[in-house]
Amino acid sequence: MAEVKSAEFKKASGKALRDEKLQHSLEHVMEHFVGARANVIEDDFGDESWEAMRTRAAGIKQSTLEHLDYYLDMVDKSVRRNGGHVYFADDAAQANAIVLDIAKRNGVKTVIKSKSMVSEEMGINHVLEGEGIEPVETDLGEYIIQLAGETPFHIIAPAMHKTRQEVSTLFQEWLKTAPTQDIKRLCVYARDALREKFAVADMGISGANFVVAETGTVCLVTNEGNGRMTTSAPRIHVVLAGMEKIVPAIEDLALFLRLLPRSATGQRITSYNTFASGPRAPSDEDGPEEFHLILVDNGRLNLLRDEVMREALRCIRCGACLNHCPVYRKIGGHAYGWVYSGPIGAIVTPPMTNMKVARDLPYASTLCGTCKDVCPVKIDIPRLLLHLRYKVAEGAIGERSTTWMERLFVGQWHGAMRSRRALEGKANLGRLLTRPFARGGKVRKLPFTPMVSGWTASRDFPAPAPRSFARLWREELAHDNGTELR
Amino acid sequence: MATGGCPPPVATPAPLCYLALVARRRGSPAYSRRSSGRPRTGGRQRGQQSPKFRAALCATCLVDQFYPEVGVAAVKVLRRLGVDVSFPEDQTCCGQIAFNGGFRSHAADVAKHFLDVFENEEQVVVPSGSCASMIKVYYRELFEDDPETLERAQAVGEKTRELSDYIVNVVGTSDVGAASEGLVTYHDACHLLRELRIKEAPRDLIGNVRGVELQEMENPDACCGFGGLFSVKFPEISTAILDEKLKTIAESGAGAVVANDCGCLMHIRGAMERRGMNVRAMHIAELLAEDGTDG
Ligand code: SF4
Repeated sequence: MAEVKSAEFKKASGKALRDEKLQHSLEHVMEHFVGARANVIEDDFGDESWEAMRTRAAGIKQSTLEHLDYYLDMVDKSVRRNGGHVYFADDAAQANAIVLDIAKRNGVKTVIKSKSMVSEEMGINHVLEGEGIEPVETDLGEYIIQLAGETPFHIIAPAMHKTRQEVSTLFQEWLKTAPTQDIKRLCVYARDALREKFAVADMGISGANFVVAETGTVCLVTNEGNGRMTTSAPRIHVVLAGMEKIVPAIEDLALFLRLLPRSATGQRITSYNTFASGPRAPSDEDGPEEFHLILVDNGRLNLLRDEVMREALRCIRCGACLNHCPVYRKIGGHAYGWVYSGPIGAIVTPPMTNMKVARDLPYASTLCGTCKDVCPVKIDIPRLLLHLRYKVAEGAIGERSTTWMERLFVGQWHGAMRSRRALEGKANLGRLLTRPFARGGKVRKLPFTPMVSGWTASRDFPAPAPRSFARLWREELAHDNGTELR
Repeated sequence: MATGGCPPPVATPAPLCYLALVARRRGSPAYSRRSSGRPRTGGRQRGQQSPKFRAALCATCLVDQFYPEVGVAAVKVLRRLGVDVSFPEDQTCCGQIAFNGGFRSHAADVAKHFLDVFENEEQVVVPSGSCASMIKVYYRELFEDDPETLERAQAVGEKTRELSDYIVNVVGTSDVGAASEGLVTYHDACHLLRELRIKEAPRDLIGNVRGVELQEMENPDACCGFGGLFSVKFPEISTAILDEKLKTIAESGAGAVVANDCGCLMHIRGAMERRGMNVRAMHIAELLAEDGTDG
């Protein structure tokens, strides 16, 4: 199971901020994604019909979630009708056990994988390695990450933080290739290495962008063709899918396959849309002999059960919210400490893993709302962040989850803001206390106040005005008849 | 008073104090303020009998305690347009800061006080996009499980308007008869833009200030990194985001950056002052209050 390191958020984000190379990559790649998305949406649809598509997609996903039991049942029946097997895994451990069982039963030695975020949740690679089975990531980005022993930096661009030099060094070390700065060359090296694995692998593990309930079809959206190899070349195909990946009918894909690539990379269509509906039929020339679909909960029920949080399960993992998030764009993906990062990571990580450990994440947002505007399934991320903050501060995980400074501040604020009299009293005290530290109407440093010092490290703080507006009003503005004031 | 080094708020004796307040940042070379001498035209003028518009000003806690000059400017502009402005004196805060921190019961108390204060007003005008959003959008969330208060909150929400929205869409003018000088750039405050969808009104208002040219910065809608609690909880990230904003402001070449929210302005100004950047950060009310004669 993937370790949850979200408690280190602050430290890890600081490290990312100081990493110049990383800052450079972030700026570059994010800018590219944002621009490409905006252009293609404008060219193809214009704001209005794009908006209508988002509304429809949100509706389809939401209603599927509202009746998830019904659709899970339908998936089960459809896949079995197609000759496949369906499993329901409560958590990562169970999902891992199911995969291992299938692998061992079939004497599997080498597993090729196409991109799957669920498999990151499960930490399946370690589990397989522990049993002497070799897992090989075949998505180029994932492959690089695997060689580097890291976790994905971005939902759809897992190795975006790696420079070509770094990739070259990795390849020299692991593949014994010659050093090169040529990206094409590097791709050829990776392809050569992966081809061998495609040829010998006895099991392919893929994720699923969509699982179609009516037909039992698993849909994969990729750019490298590795998804198609993974689902067709090996004898056994195992699909790992979060249980929220379901859409009711194949027609729905007409909508989602337009929304996803545009939101993700600004492409109209990806190079490969792969549809896998079970094992090879007697009439088929090729394809896997066995097809296993593992539907994974692993914390998703916590989201589903919470009426407010439920909509987070609409997510189609396009990454647009990351690309547009001012926070993600500065700190990247690793600081979030688990599989999902950026705005979507901030809302799903605490409920799916551990509220206490991940309690910083709901606060790691300016609530600017850009994520909500770009999300193809209209998840109201700021609202969900606020809901989680509420849980952190007052609800599920107890008072201790905020710092004593924050509680003290809110307590004082609460006392002050309940009437004008109380406010003036406290404000006057504040004036008195800050006066010795104010220079020219600004405070550069306040002792004994950890909360303020975070601010004043880089920004001046205004000293309280000598007279509040209310006082100015009382003493001057109110007496003016208004019309002559100028 | 021992405030010798402070900017004008106290330095100037009443009753001219509010003029000084509006003109507080004097002598910024990139944004000088000589009188254009042009007479004011257009828009509803001051001096109307029996005002057609009545509005209660919600100053916001930041304006009340830190930036009273913004409130003074707002009053000045509204009065110039013939609006009968009142200021319900028991007002304190909309509760946003606690709500955003997750402290909903604290926020609810303060929000209820807000409703008590403003409930009987005809119209509420707020010089802040985020406070207006709190009242219009997030009170619904806050009082979700309290139908009685929810109803009150919705009623107050409906008659609450952010200042620029009020001027353009209620009073019905985008020319308030202001005059100033220089190149101004506009920062879209996040909640104003993405909760209230107010984008053009402030730009129209700025565009109609005589002697002023609106020069858009790159990505004017990019967040400044403030985020209230966020700015103190994660100061490093907040500052890194702010750096981008400052860069685009500087690159615009404008002598002043205007926004409709004192939260953003406190943030932007705080860093510009620390770094000695020679750009004014001003609330839109301050710009609109200028008539080419003060300063
Ligand atoms: S939350 Fe929305 S924008 Fe973010 S990854 Fe999911 S679908 Fe995409």
